[in-house]
Amino acid sequence: MGKIKSLEDLKKRKQDLQKKVDLRERADHPEAYVQIKVGMATSGIASGAKEIYDFLVEALEKRNVEAVVTQAGDMGYSYAEPTIEVTKPGEEPVVFGYVTRERADEVIEKYIKRGELVDGILPQNYRTIDDE
Amino acid sequence: MENVKVTIDNQTVEVPKGTTIYKAAKQIGIDIPVLCYMELEDIGIENKPGGCRVCSVEVEGRHNLAPACATEVFDGMAVKTHTMRVINARRTIVEFLLSDHPKDCLTCKKSGNCELQDLAIKLGIREIPGQEYAEMSTYKTDYSPSIVRELDKCIMCRRCESMCNDFQTVGALNAINRGFDAAVAPAFEMDLQYSPCTYCGQCVAVCPTGALTEVDHSRDLIDAISDPNTTVVAQTAPAVRAALGEEFGMEPGTLVTGKMVSALRELGFDYVFDTDFAADLTIMEEGHELLDRLNRHLQGDSDVKLPMLTSCCPAWVRFIEHHFPDMKDIPSSARSPQQMFGSIAKTYFADQIETPREKMVVVSVMPCLAKKYESQREEFAEDGNPDVDFSVTTRELAHLIKEANLDLKNLSDDDFDRPMGESTGAGVIFGTTGGVIEAATRTAYELQTGQQLNDQIVFEQLRGFEGIRKANVDFNGTPINIGIAHGLGNARKLLEQIKRGESDFHAIEIMACPGGCIGGGGQPLHHNDTKILKARQQAIYQEDQNKPIRKSHENPQIQKLYKDFLGEPLGQKAHELLHTKYFDLSRKIEIS
Amino acid sequence: MHLLVCGGTGCRASASDSIAESLKEQLHHHNMDHEVQVILTGCFGFCEKGPIVKVLPDNTFYTEVKPEDASDIVAEHLVKGRQVERLLYKAPSGEQVTDSRHMDFYKKQIRIALRNCGFIDPENIDEYIARDGYLALGTVLNEMTPQQVIDQVKESGLRGRGGGGFPAGKKWEFAYKNESDQKYVVCNADEGDPGAFMDRSILEGDPHAVLEAMAICGYATGADQGLIYIRAEYPLAIKRLKIAIEQAREYGLLGQQIFDSHFNFDIQLRYGAGAFVCGEETALIHSMEGERGEPTFKPPYPAQSGYLEKPTNVNNVETYANVPVIINKGPGWFSKIGTQKATGTKVFALAGKVNNVGLIEVPMGTTLREVIFEIGGGIKGGKKFKAVQTGGPSGGCLTEEHLDTPIDFDNLLAVGSMMGSGGMIVMDEDDCMVSVAKFFLEFTVEESCGKCAPCRVGNKRMHELLERITQGKAEKKDLQRLKNMCHVIADTSLCGLGQTAPSPVLSTMENFWDEYVAHVEDQRCPAGSCKELMRYEIIPENCVGCTACARKCPVGAITGERKQVHEIDQDKCIKCGACLDACKFDAVTIK
Repeated sequence: MGKIKSLEDLKKRKQDLQKKVDLRERADHPEAYVQIKVGMATSGIASGAKEIYDFLVEALEKRNVEAVVTQAGDMGYSYAEPTIEVTKPGEEPVVFGYVTRERADEVIEKYIKRGELVDGILPQNYRTIDDE
Repeated sequence: MENVKVTIDNQTVEVPKGTTIYKAAKQIGIDIPVLCYMELEDIGIENKPGGCRVCSVEVEGRHNLAPACATEVFDGMAVKTHTMRVINARRTIVEFLLSDHPKDCLTCKKSGNCELQDLAIKLGIREIPGQEYAEMSTYKTDYSPSIVRELDKCIMCRRCESMCNDFQTVGALNAINRGFDAAVAPAFEMDLQYSPCTYCGQCVAVCPTGALTEVDHSRDLIDAISDPNTTVVAQTAPAVRAALGEEFGMEPGTLVTGKMVSALRELGFDYVFDTDFAADLTIMEEGHELLDRLNRHLQGDSDVKLPMLTSCCPAWVRFIEHHFPDMKDIPSSARSPQQMFGSIAKTYFADQIETPREKMVVVSVMPCLAKKYESQREEFAEDGNPDVDFSVTTRELAHLIKEANLDLKNLSDDDFDRPMGESTGAGVIFGTTGGVIEAATRTAYELQTGQQLNDQIVFEQLRGFEGIRKANVDFNGTPINIGIAHGLGNARKLLEQIKRGESDFHAIEIMACPGGCIGGGGQPLHHNDTKILKARQQAIYQEDQNKPIRKSHENPQIQKLYKDFLGEPLGQKAHELLHTKYFDLSRKIEIS
Repeated sequence: MHLLVCGGTGCRASASDSIAESLKEQLHHHNMDHEVQVILTGCFGFCEKGPIVKVLPDNTFYTEVKPEDASDIVAEHLVKGRQVERLLYKAPSGEQVTDSRHMDFYKKQIRIALRNCGFIDPENIDEYIARDGYLALGTVLNEMTPQQVIDQVKESGLRGRGGGGFPAGKKWEFAYKNESDQKYVVCNADEGDPGAFMDRSILEGDPHAVLEAMAICGYATGADQGLIYIRAEYPLAIKRLKIAIEQAREYGLLGQQIFDSHFNFDIQLRYGAGAFVCGEETALIHSMEGERGEPTFKPPYPAQSGYLEKPTNVNNVETYANVPVIINKGPGWFSKIGTQKATGTKVFALAGKVNNVGLIEVPMGTTLREVIFEIGGGIKGGKKFKAVQTGGPSGGCLTEEHLDTPIDFDNLLAVGSMMGSGGMIVMDEDDCMVSVAKFFLEFTVEESCGKCAPCRVGNKRMHELLERITQGKAEKKDLQRLKNMCHVIADTSLCGLGQTAPSPVLSTMENFWDEYVAHVEDQRCPAGSCKELMRYEIIPENCVGCTACARKCPVGAITGERKQVHEIDQDKCIKCGACLDACKFDAVTIK
């Protein structure tokens, strides 16, 4: 890249470069972003969780949703796999089961973007140390 | 200049802003002890590293003690110089210094003349706690032809470093190592003789302890005089007579020429001669050389080297050989008076008294340490027999006189022996800065113009104490530009000017030491009081005035020497015995 | 996903380079090189358990990773989504921590100076820019006057982090007000306290932050030349600085007319040979000039006559690293962190007998207890806390009673220690405080430049006396003498090195007087650490005469018949402890 000629130039450059570190920034303060955990234990992967994970990362970026997608171990909902847990900033986590690409798409568009409920919400049955 | 009011030990004093506590205290008679601090007022050298901390005093409102030598006063400052906190600190520091200092005061060359010893006496230090298990820093003693370095005795005052670097720009001595092992030494701790040291001895002149002293030849002297089969001949440099008295409690500037001659005779020298005689001889050669170069120059000879530089100062000669080897053909080829004396004594005079040179010992008494080295230069010997066997300093002579139980003050005034004790006022003023060139001018003027200098024999414009002086002397229509430098740092400036082709001087006199030979490294220690140097300078001019003959070429013994022995100035014999050449002594130190 | 691999000096020494390489290979093998980035960052600070690999965004924190662990990390964690449990950090309680945000070590920290360390790739200017890098410089050049910049720094309350704690803004103002045709900005990277490595870590982890701050300082003071005085023993920091300077020049962030303004600024490196005293600013300047690195009397201050006798502003690395954040977030934001008299944060190098050794950054005013017991995870091996030494060889040893002292410049001075550059060494009940004082003094004796007598000779004499005390050869009256030496050396030394050299001795005498007395009166070392005062003895009642100890003794100091009580010849004994290890009957004891 060439010389940075002005402050504006720098700010623009920063915008373009932001993605490079976005993931790390969000990891530092995930609570400020939409957090999505994908259940990816062996059974999850077997039921296609990896594909969902990849889809989510790509789709969220495309739609400019600032989110943190992480892999999680077994979430305890083996009957409903693949499962994802979505936590919007300041809200309780919500777990969705039987997630397919279409359903994932729906979760992003409806639940994350507009706050509407989507079918397939599973009752929460555990606490994390985050809640302590 | 803004003034500020300071209270020191409850006395208030008003001093210019920027004054140090030490100086402000001095104004009201409070003498704060110092050790590393040194100010040589007249030559603009101040050494205040703030290293020894002996001058620590209490300043109201300051959390720690302040070094009086380096701390500037401010308005309303309140200083206490003798609280128990100060006294305790000062004593503890001196104990520290002594704990790492050899306790060989009985045989130390500086005993009785040592600033550290004085301090220990003043503070009444009776024991050094922990001495039995205190590690001492030890170094090998370094013997050079002129200077002995016993770093065990170095207290890191850095005065020598100031002289060697700031004043002389020689750079032979610098702080090396760190912490407890720190000392001042040549780079890579090499011996002085392999360093660019010029042996000017200014480091020795200011060293407060016995870390830097001269090579002592007093034992050689006793042996020589004791030997019935040798003829021992003394020559005394002009600056010696203007300073020797100080060692015997006389006022600085007291001339003791006659008493010195008596003392030397009492000590048993067979002949007591005067280096002034050889100085006159130097003027004959150097003066003619100058005129020769000048006239060739005036005739349009572009190969002639001008300005001509004087060559009587061996430290200066070594300086140019080390630092400006490419300019080594600029100085006059005339040997120094010491060496001219030696070669004439061991030829002309030896013939006269029918003594072979091997049976003659020529001893010079010099204000100088470099003269010890000069006398050992290989080119100044015949078949290994040196023209000057060895050189002792004013201080060594004083010791010997004391050792012989002679009361210099009350000795009679004797005259030098003949022929080589005959001298003129021109020879005498060699002892001070500007003197050589003044002496040369007196002779060159008369030779060149054919006119007598009668009333205006003194060239005031050449005299003074400024580091670099310039004068223009009218040689009956031909203006001659003369430069004078004392101190090698000043000399360096003139040399660099020459190198750049910006010098319009015809002749330059250079002396390595402050004030010329009167401030030599072999003189009684001035203990940082440069007024002493000025008093010696006055004494030299006094001696000149007292002399019946004041122009070298009028010295009857010199005239006789040429007539009977040498022939013409710059002639073949003169060339053989009285001239020399210079060498490239620079060495490149390569660090791999 | 991002894999952050610590590329600090410590972790690199444990092959973090090859870890990064192996991770890349494994990713390639699993065909994931496009999804997952491997980034070699600066120091994470958690050096106790290096090398560190952090997986983002889930903040999995793998410790003591070896190159061969790369396959598990990729195959298990990245492919299958299962954390590699055996590599997870275990808290002192034994509990595994799956998310680094829950580690006590990080919980109390606020990272300003270390904001980018362990976060960005220090060799990539783009990552720095992505984190608002050079925004402060751009803002300053476009929108502020030098005086406004100085005012902001003053308002922020930023004080020098190198040891003295002098207000940075004031210092800048001095340099600004001294008119001259040429001025300099110097970064003091001559970090020398034993155990302290924050400056190195910042330079290795976030070199651009320092370059940017120096340029800001250059603008504020009127300098167009920056010099970084760095010790030659910091090759990685030097390498990264060189890369950073090159990149900044390429982007026009150093050089002529930066951000299209009239401001020119460039930076050069100057190497030091690693003398501690060159951290003193006048000594540092002399060293840069090619002179002997020793301090000179102040005034004149560097702001009046510094490098080449021109006005020069000298700050240390950590101080500079705070500056861009102050400009970007505003002095008010910064001054709210920390205490009123000491704003912002301070980086400490936590070392010694704590569980979590490493580099930490906490708000000023955090207590020693929080640092040692929460961030540091308490004392190793369940031993008892005895003392903490702050401020390196210039500081003092503090005890239990000082643990609730909020850390700042003045509080530490008030209790006989100092902030220094941020060394913090924790000691437990096995540490002899006389030996600790001796250790620090040995360092000062070694590092003294030798210019002034109290430091050159006095510290040596103190060290000798401490040596005698630890050998049981000193008398009670020597303690008085030791105290006096301390006071005189502190009172009369030329520079900070000498003035503070007695602090470890004074503070241990103050806080552990009984321990000194035990050494001189009873020839006993209460901590049992002074070898010369130790005696290995055999308890006759327990000795069964098995001869195990006699067979193990390397110098044949133990004699005794089989099945008879053995005996140790104290003259021969070299106190190696082999007998103690060999005895199965608890018959060997240390007295």
